[in-house]
Amino acid sequence: MKYPLQGNTDLAVLKPFNYSPAGSVQDLQFSRWLAEFSPRSLLWLALLACLWPGIVLAQSNYTMAQALDALWRWLPFVVSKGFVLNLVVSFLTMLIGTIAGVILGLGQISPIRAVARTSWFVTQLFRNSPWLVLLFIVMLAFPFEITIGSTVYQIPDWLKAVFGLALPIMANISEIVRGAIQSVPTGQWEAAESLAYTRQQTLWLVILPQCFKRMIPPWMNWYAILTMATPLISLLGVEEIVTLSRQAMEAEDNHPELLVPFFGFALIIFFAYCYPIARYTLRLEKRFAIIQ
Amino acid sequence: MSDTAWTPDQPLVSIRDVHKSFGDLEVLKGVSLDVMKGEVICIIGPSGSGKSTLIRCVNALNTIDRGSIMVEGQEVHDPDLDKLELRKKVGMVFQQYNLFPHKTALENVMMAPLKVLKQPPDEVEKRARALIDRVNLTGKEGAYPGELSGGQQQRVAIARSLAMNPDVMLFDEVTAALDPETVNEVLLAIKDLAQDGMTCILVTHEMGFAREVADHIYFTDRGIIVEHGPPTTFFSEAKDPRTQEFLSQIL
Amino acid sequence: MNGFQQFFYDLAQEHPKWNFIYFYDPTQTERVVDGFWMTVQLSVICVILSVIIGVIGAWIQGAHSKTLRLVMQGYIQFFRNTPPLIQLMFFYFALGQFTPTYSPDGWLEVPIISNVGWAIISLSFFAGAFNVEIFRAGIEAVPESTQEAAEALGMNRLQIYIYVVLPLAFRVSLPALNNNLVNLVKTTTQALAIAVPELLYQMISIYNDYSTAQNACMLLLFIAYIVLVGILVFGMHRWERHMRIPGYGV
Repeated sequence: MKYPLQGNTDLAVLKPFNYSPAGSVQDLQFSRWLAEFSPRSLLWLALLACLWPGIVLAQSNYTMAQALDALWRWLPFVVSKGFVLNLVVSFLTMLIGTIAGVILGLGQISPIRAVARTSWFVTQLFRNSPWLVLLFIVMLAFPFEITIGSTVYQIPDWLKAVFGLALPIMANISEIVRGAIQSVPTGQWEAAESLAYTRQQTLWLVILPQCFKRMIPPWMNWYAILTMATPLISLLGVEEIVTLSRQAMEAEDNHPELLVPFFGFALIIFFAYCYPIARYTLRLEKRFAIIQ
Repeated sequence: MSDTAWTPDQPLVSIRDVHKSFGDLEVLKGVSLDVMKGEVICIIGPSGSGKSTLIRCVNALNTIDRGSIMVEGQEVHDPDLDKLELRKKVGMVFQQYNLFPHKTALENVMMAPLKVLKQPPDEVEKRARALIDRVNLTGKEGAYPGELSGGQQQRVAIARSLAMNPDVMLFDEVTAALDPETVNEVLLAIKDLAQDGMTCILVTHEMGFAREVADHIYFTDRGIIVEHGPPTTFFSEAKDPRTQEFLSQIL
Repeated sequence: MNGFQQFFYDLAQEHPKWNFIYFYDPTQTERVVDGFWMTVQLSVICVILSVIIGVIGAWIQGAHSKTLRLVMQGYIQFFRNTPPLIQLMFFYFALGQFTPTYSPDGWLEVPIISNVGWAIISLSFFAGAFNVEIFRAGIEAVPESTQEAAEALGMNRLQIYIYVVLPLAFRVSLPALNNNLVNLVKTTTQALAIAVPELLYQMISIYNDYSTAQNACMLLLFIAYIVLVGILVFGMHRWERHMRIPGYGV
């Protein structure tokens, strides 16, 4: 437990600052409230929330019922071709970002000064740049195709997007790794050193196993943030959920009544995917906080 | 607002048959006592005997379930109570000082008269400096609570309460959280106050201090007043076995 | 053309891949400046609004009404767990069609909330949802006993909130708030999706018009946001130090 603002008396002037990027304990109220509804009524409620502006427009000739019908017809396409791609991109990005991030994070605590400084600089650079800017840069800087041997491989746009998104993920994972390692008391390093462990052995056998657990909640939190960033690649023409939704609306003659159901559906499907992750992250965080 | 106007010959604080429960736990089971103007009374007793709850009821930090608490003829146990009127009359000092950590000592003392009573700043500052002087903290006006020792913080807390010009002061185990070497400076400040004629109600474990300063001592245990009397007789002629046991442990 | 402009003009002639067109073509310079200014405006307005939403929301979370608290939780969870980009699009495209219009010249129908307006609303609510939680955590860190002391001095609930709880809560919240505001500034780039002419939008338009300017535009973008975020972080850190209470280490 960290008590901020502890004075030179032993009385805590302020209680611990209990903020988690993954959410708050108060969420429990909301999920309990949600749990009180049957799944069906929840669906109705969600639909109703999306429909309210439509009810205002009841007089137009293209009715909300028709718009919903269109959504229903396009739904399998939008989900199986669009949202699934969002998920594929998020998995791959997380994989690449984590591997690169762990290396960069270990680089940040390297005893070689040049390595540590460079790793720190790279981390800060990609942590503080907007994701969209990084995406554009990677999209434009990356070649369209690469030649290995005599075969020419076309690099699809979505794969380039994976690299673009992996950069900020890498930088943030790097910070998590550095923070977790530095949170292990220095006594652990000294104890291992006195047992004649090498630095590498200390790191892999003593330090990392200890801080592995506390890296999981922030790592999951970044996964949720990443998933919510995947629609950005629609701005670069990748055919994920937003792009396909817009195409579907075009195919349905761009009736304005389509906008609320289609975008509303995109919001709901992301919420349905990310909210449980946030809940689970919070639960893990609390559990690990008690163990420590 | 009271039915009969209060006159100084009546008790300044009059507690009558007060009952108070927290859930199933009854902490006050019919407590009565009177405090006259200028009187200093000490409430002693084992922890959990309801002493702190009792004085917290006097300035309405806790509500009571039954009975009556009158401060200068004003009923505290009244849903339409004007809390500001009450708290202008009753000052309180806490065990854990509870200074505002983001304000200097001087600002802590000045805050309530300025913000609550809306008195003119220069007048408030003059009085605040005099009060800090009075608790022997001259030169510490600009220090933040975090830069002061426990004893110094507690003296600022006393000055902060006095700034509201109360008629009665409540002290809730004010030395319990202090280092032994700073207890005395706080007790001296309270003694100085008592000798000036301030009406004081103290909850304390400092028996020597109680013997020296108090006009009357009350011993509470499990929500009732077991025994009371002036210090001259209280310590030497305690009759109840519970009082005797408590005194033998603590003296 | 002065020496500075001439230098970049010559550079572009010799190395067509490095066409810093915005350094010698006044029209492009203006686009960059306009974009930068729009980004700054968007950031500042959204930062202010999101902090206001955070303070009010944290107050509501402490309210007695269960319904109010649940509505607040619904708002927070929805905005935290959905993509900001789709939020922007939902606000602008889906809700934007229901906004009343007015006619400045009796000819054209203009909606009363422009795309910039929707970007401000959407981004403020997005960052505000995080700020509510940050401030709530800050308020919960203020001990009841300190509030009780204020109560014993005759302060009413509002006075306690303004003079004691908020100043303390704000100090503990600052580091987390700092992170969130940096995130907000970065998120303003997404307003590109609804054609808000901020910096990223302007740079993309420039290299769409002059494809040789691509590298130069990307470089400027990269540096501009690092500088912008750097200024914010620097300012917030200074503020944090300034707000630090002497005698207490954080």
